[in-house]
Amino acid sequence: MDPTAAKFIGAGLACLGMGGAGIGVGLIFANYLSGALRNPSAADGQFARLIFGFAVTEALGIFSLLVALLLLFVV
Amino acid sequence: MADPIHQFELKPILRLGHIGNTEIVFTNASLFMFGALGVIALLTLAATRGRALVPGRMQSLAEMSYEFVAATVRSSAGQEGMRFFPFVFSLFMFILVLNLFGIIPGGFTVTSHIIITFALAALVIGTVLVYGFAKHGLRFLRLFVPSGVPVYILPLVTMIEVISFLSRPISLSVRLFANMLAGHITLKVFAGFVASLGALGAAGWLGAVLPLGMTVALTALELLVAVLQAYVFTILTCIYLNDALHPGH
Repeated sequence: MDPTAAKFIGAGLACLGMGGAGIGVGLIFANYLSGALRNPSAADGQFARLIFGFAVTEALGIFSLLVALLLLFVV
Repeated sequence: MADPIHQFELKPILRLGHIGNTEIVFTNASLFMFGALGVIALLTLAATRGRALVPGRMQSLAEMSYEFVAATVRSSAGQEGMRFFPFVFSLFMFILVLNLFGIIPGGFTVTSHIIITFALAALVIGTVLVYGFAKHGLRFLRLFVPSGVPVYILPLVTMIEVISFLSRPISLSVRLFANMLAGHITLKVFAGFVASLGALGAAGWLGAVLPLGMTVALTALELLVAVLQAYVFTILTCIYLNDALHPGH
């Protein structure tokens, strides 16, 4: 296979990992929202934890984006 | 179409000479960082000089950002964490102002450069390591050995904790960098659609309304991301500093 074509295919495949992070971030916000609607008074106190969970989950998606960017521009 | 990567180019403004083989250049990134320092100094010093009992608009902005960061530090690192407040507040304001500078059309996004964000993350992790070992000595290593874990899975858990600790500077820096980079590339790609559709004539002008609206919506989203990522960096800094203050789980 042509190395450039393989590079682009690899970058595209790496981006699939971001879908998993998308599902994870969606689950976090969905569960936060359903919890917040059940007990609105406790919602504000959990905002920092929400953002922490979001950041940690998002990091994995960002890693796969990084792999794609490295394949496109560095390799 | 215009190259969407072009906006991240470092342009030399002032060449200051050489140290060894390394050229020292005052670039547009340096200019924007000094600009951020100026804005923060203006906000925190000049706006609060009046010390009015009923704060004006600028003074409330300064007080609100102070209270916001102080509440974040207290909630995730405890009252003891307040000794790091000047550090955390400087980090938050610096990243926030740099991110917001990036939204200004024609501006330069300093935080979209991995070397800048990695330097900030290395500063945070370095502080955690130095302070942790200085305060707790070798007991700081208990951070990697959680209490209450059965002995037969302890080696595995310790290994996972060590790997998770080592990946922190990478994830902290790459998160901010990749968010800013990806957001600004997306903005430029949609803005490029407007330009290339507009070049097609009257029908293109009608079609260009769609990407133009998308660019406006994305700018609003980027504004949210700019503030959110500054907050995420701050809260993760607080959580890592909490590990240095209280290493036992």
